Amino acid sequence: MSYLEAQGRGGLLSWLSSTDHKRIALLYLFLLVPLFWVAVSLGFAMRLKHLFAGDFLMSAQTYNALFTVHGVIMIFMFVIPGLPAVFGNFFLPILIGARDVSFPRLNLLSWYFFAAGAALALLSLFTGRGAPDTGWTFYVPFSLRTGTNVPLAVSAAFVLGLSSILTGLNFITTTHRMRAPGMTWHRMPLFVWALYATGWIQVLVTPIIGITLVLVILERLFGIGVFDPAKGGDPLLYQHLFWIYSHPAVYIMIVPAMGAVTEILPTFARRTIFGYRAIAYSSIAIAALGSIVWAHHMFTSGMSDLAGVIFSLFTFLVAVPSAIKVFNWTATLYKGSIDMQPPMLFALAFVFLFCIGGLTGIIQGALGLNIHLHDTYWIVGHFHYVMFGGTGFAFFAALLYWFPKMFGRMVEPKPVFIAWGLMFAGFNLLYGAFLLLGGMGMPRRYYAHLPQFHPGHLAATVGSWLLVAGLLVLFGSLLRALRSGRRAEDDPWGGKTLEWRIPSPPPAENFAEVPVIDAAPYAYNPGRRS
Amino acid sequence: MPFLAQASSASARIDSVFLWVFAVCLAFLLLISFFLVYFSVRYRRSRNPEPEDIEGNAWLETVWTLVPLALFLAMFYYGWTDFQYLRNPPKDALLVQVIARQWAWSFKYPNGKQSDQLYAALGRPMKLETRTLDVIHGFFVPAFRVKIDVVPGRRNTVWFTPTLLGDFDIQCTVICGVNHSAMLSKVRVVSEAEFKEWYFSDEAAPRVPAAAAPAAGKEPPIVGLLRGKSCLACHSLDGSPMVGPTFKGLYGSRQTLLIDGERRSAVMDGALLRKAISRPGSVQVLGYPPIMPPAKLSDEEMEDIVAYLRSL
Repeated sequence: MSYLEAQGRGGLLSWLSSTDHKRIALLYLFLLVPLFWVAVSLGFAMRLKHLFAGDFLMSAQTYNALFTVHGVIMIFMFVIPGLPAVFGNFFLPILIGARDVSFPRLNLLSWYFFAAGAALALLSLFTGRGAPDTGWTFYVPFSLRTGTNVPLAVSAAFVLGLSSILTGLNFITTTHRMRAPGMTWHRMPLFVWALYATGWIQVLVTPIIGITLVLVILERLFGIGVFDPAKGGDPLLYQHLFWIYSHPAVYIMIVPAMGAVTEILPTFARRTIFGYRAIAYSSIAIAALGSIVWAHHMFTSGMSDLAGVIFSLFTFLVAVPSAIKVFNWTATLYKGSIDMQPPMLFALAFVFLFCIGGLTGIIQGALGLNIHLHDTYWIVGHFHYVMFGGTGFAFFAALLYWFPKMFGRMVEPKPVFIAWGLMFAGFNLLYGAFLLLGGMGMPRRYYAHLPQFHPGHLAATVGSWLLVAGLLVLFGSLLRALRSGRRAEDDPWGGKTLEWRIPSPPPAENFAEVPVIDAAPYAYNPGRRS
Repeated sequence: MPFLAQASSASARIDSVFLWVFAVCLAFLLLISFFLVYFSVRYRRSRNPEPEDIEGNAWLETVWTLVPLALFLAMFYYGWTDFQYLRNPPKDALLVQVIARQWAWSFKYPNGKQSDQLYAALGRPMKLETRTLDVIHGFFVPAFRVKIDVVPGRRNTVWFTPTLLGDFDIQCTVICGVNHSAMLSKVRVVSEAEFKEWYFSDEAAPRVPAAAAPAAGKEPPIVGLLRGKSCLACHSLDGSPMVGPTFKGLYGSRQTLLIDGERRSAVMDGALLRKAISRPGSVQVLGYPPIMPPAKLSDEEMEDIVAYLRSL
């Protein structure tokens, strides 16, 4: 009996009270997907507005609320929790041969925090004096002065942070304590390494955003003055605190995505990963170095020039482990036997789009260039390449890859190929145009744009149509597969890691008998080696 | 930068570093893309049914760690040298004060001359010292490749030497409220002679055909006061719709208001106007966004403004 049927199939309560890591993963998925679509719709509406340079479709106040809410939902409620909460929860225990995470009840509590945070965020849109209009960064003093509903939105981010911390804690402990006999550190699948590194970032830096957000609320309610120069405070203190969390958070978003792609490539190339240790340790290096680059968001803020130089140097250093991963992924295709199924295609698109995201990051990491590019559409293009082209495409790759295991159904590949084509073309048109616009000096968060930027905006808007069309086709075929997809075999892709050795969908406690591990995770051709 | 004039002494420097960093990055991208596509085709299952497990290669790992590291350090170095150039103004630069507020720029010259557009002389270095009267703003001139945040409690500076005649956009780059994208102005680069003539005259703008003089010179002082306090960024004087309610006919009209959070219908009189101006959150006209910043006014200015609104 699979986990979907155990404990009574239909009862909502049996889901809301389940401590099964797989059910919790699906609970997350069912919150994340609608939230994703809300945020996509907001982004789509913003692009429509830019069909005209001036007033169109919405007021400036509405536009400012849209980019704020788009960012808050996408970052705090889709990209950060996306891969860890859904695929991490589902597959981390299975991949190490465990029956659940270390703290199953805490895991359920994390989901409730997440649901409560999401509810507060949505509430902030419709209550008080309007949706927040500060951008997702909530920079003071504007976030202290605006009449809009900042305190509630900030509280929402605070509660979401609790969820993130507890999930990270659970994953670290699970990796340390729950591995099956013989599952040494260097026999762990690389997705586990990625989740482990991510867990540490979540536990160590998320409390800082908690403190910061509480300070914003105290400042708003009581005017305590920590960010107010008239009372001896400093607005830059807020920016430092905010980015001490929010830059490592970028790695919370991307490292699990890298891990998922690292699972997919060997399966469809039917050969072992190239450079296992390099990929594993580079996850840890990214987590460590990524925690000391935050002030590269502040080169124009007026902080000391020396600080700028140091943070620029660290920024270049953190690019090295990412480059190592890209080279190893590419080398993994060498002398493989490549089956271009939809998950593989999305994984390869991830590598390409992540390269653009990383390389544009290199360009803006150079101090002199950053001064021009900062706060322009270049930055917006860059982080969409990393977070959407990177994490988003990896999320879809992981969803397509593990869909047969999670739901026991196969997804029809043909429409997914069409979806991929639309998404890939639309994505590059949309965010490629953003990079160009940014180079030309188009500032971000602008309701109205100057005439010289109009052609770029038109191209980007057309790109957004293709992208959304592709997303619709993709989700349409996923929904159809969920209802009437062909039954999946236990190992439809010919994968070697542990999840492919148990039934699709897995039974309630994963393994009838806990497996004993005696080999590396991706041993496809143990007899044949060059 | 593509489609963007090189109008300051920094522009060409920044662009040349951008070009080579971009070229290296593009080469890297093409290299990776080539191998992704080539391997995908060359080793597709139908052509290569028998894969090989290659676990790694220490030599290759070393190369692709050290080569990017060296390239990245070189990029860091060139970015740094450019930054030093941007951060070290020449000693003889003309010092101009930039005052930013929601949602307008104002520029004050050493001799007391004030303007809402930035006049600069061709080839003459200019150093700007910034301050804000409210939230953070960002001073950005794309054609000059310079940008600096304008932060409360700080006097951040930026400098440039214009190398092209003409008008160049100034844009605010830090979200500062509903009119953020309208917080624009221009740098007007004129010849040294024209600049000097304007600088030492009483005229608001230099006498050059290209530069249409802003209306500031001819309007009555009370309108100047309203403009100076940024009221006119959101409120019109002629009844045309803007972010906030128009001033025309506002005094004495019956409005649906939010007074201290309570919804009421009331006639706009002097007392209500004074309350609305000094504590914007406490009186709002329904249907407009609650975004008005408080204005610092003397009692005399407040009375002048109320009297003027009454006359409209």
